[in-house]
Amino acid sequence: MESVLALDNVWLALLLKVVLLLGFFLTAPLVVGYIEHKGLAHMQSRLGPMEAGRFHGIGQLPADGVKFLQKEDIIPAAADRWVFSLAPGVALVPALVVLAVVPLGPGLWAEDLDAGIFFALAVSSVGVLGVLMAAWASANKYSLMGGIRAAAQLIAYELPLVLGAAGVVLQAQTLSLVGIVEAQHSFTLLGAVPVPYAVPQAVGLALFFVAALAELSRPPFDMPIADSEIIFGHMTEYTGLRYAFFMLAEYAGMVVLSALATVLFLGGWYVWPGVPLPAGPLGVLLGFGVSFGKIVTLTFVMIWFRATFPRLREDQLQRMSWLFLIPLALLNIVGVAVAKVYG
Amino acid sequence: MGQYYTAYATVAALVAAGIALVAVAFALNRLIRPDRAYGGKLTTYECGLDPVGQGWSQTHIRYYLFAFMFVVFDVETLFIFPWAVHLGDAGPASGFILGVMLVFLFFVTLTLPYEWRKGVLKWV
Repeated sequence: MESVLALDNVWLALLLKVVLLLGFFLTAPLVVGYIEHKGLAHMQSRLGPMEAGRFHGIGQLPADGVKFLQKEDIIPAAADRWVFSLAPGVALVPALVVLAVVPLGPGLWAEDLDAGIFFALAVSSVGVLGVLMAAWASANKYSLMGGIRAAAQLIAYELPLVLGAAGVVLQAQTLSLVGIVEAQHSFTLLGAVPVPYAVPQAVGLALFFVAALAELSRPPFDMPIADSEIIFGHMTEYTGLRYAFFMLAEYAGMVVLSALATVLFLGGWYVWPGVPLPAGPLGVLLGFGVSFGKIVTLTFVMIWFRATFPRLREDQLQRMSWLFLIPLALLNIVGVAVAKVYG
Repeated sequence: MGQYYTAYATVAALVAAGIALVAVAFALNRLIRPDRAYGGKLTTYECGLDPVGQGWSQTHIRYYLFAFMFVVFDVETLFIFPWAVHLGDAGPASGFILGVMLVFLFFVTLTLPYEWRKGVLKWV
């Protein structure tokens, strides 16, 4: 299938792709942020923001954005100025670049790279460099500890994430994200029941989702920014727009990893595997709606986890990954491979 | 331009757009933000007390051993991907290819019990 953005004029197509992706990148995290404000509030029996934008505080996030834009930008005297200033950008840009390969509807993707999932996982892990830069450059003890914790956590949970995705690659026999959605569309369990990969790859989905939470330092894996111990980890010294960019990077990361989970395990833009979408623009819109709905549902589950589980202690967190998740991920790969060859 | 280069041109354009986004946001920020930094604001935050010593203090990083383990496993996952793509279409050879990977995985996984015996994963 061709991208709907594959126009004859290459430069026009390029411009359109960049503009649309920037638009998605700047609006989708706002939706997630609003859900976090209100969802978390209601899970804790409170109202959340109610004033800005008249309807249930819907204008709160744009208002916050404007506020951040006007705030003084304080760089501590002891900090390494350049590294400190560049860190939020380094954390933010990879999340935007990953979107280049994520398919959001039939024909609705910027590029269908052959190395799709591999590219996405590789680029999304560049963001941690921003965290490390911030932690080191702040010249603050809390930041440094937070940064080391973040690094240890990210290397521990990178493996379950990648190995969880490898199971899907084994089954779909392609690295292309569009190819994975199409392979999933024609998949049937035991040759009869069409189901998304979430069913045969349930272990993979669980591994991918838990590891994604840890990669994003979302609770219960928010040890790197544990506010009761190390203030706010690598973000302790940040103010104003630079701090806002770290927050945007977190929400954009939630959207990106949920989008990847949607593509890998939940059937992408199809309502259900085997059920075709109508042809033409209606199908494209519907497909986008379905995939965005799945993405938002997954981010809601992430927020739900935040309200449900207490934070893991640092050593428990490491042991959970090395002694439980990684062996489980390897067993999962072996299981899927055996089923592929002999099943 | 070939298909391959067009695809990666989009990636390059997105990187450029991301950098431009950050640059424009900070330029705008510079125009409308106040800038009155002085003494107290610029000190390192240490819960309101005067900072003790240097921020880049020496600590025992217990995690460096994890970094070694990570390198071992990360190289392994690199091997898994090409294998995973082609296992399904290998035909009669697929049983052999699966067996070889199992041997490889067995040796790599030996890292974990070894590290466990060494007590790397437990420090409390």
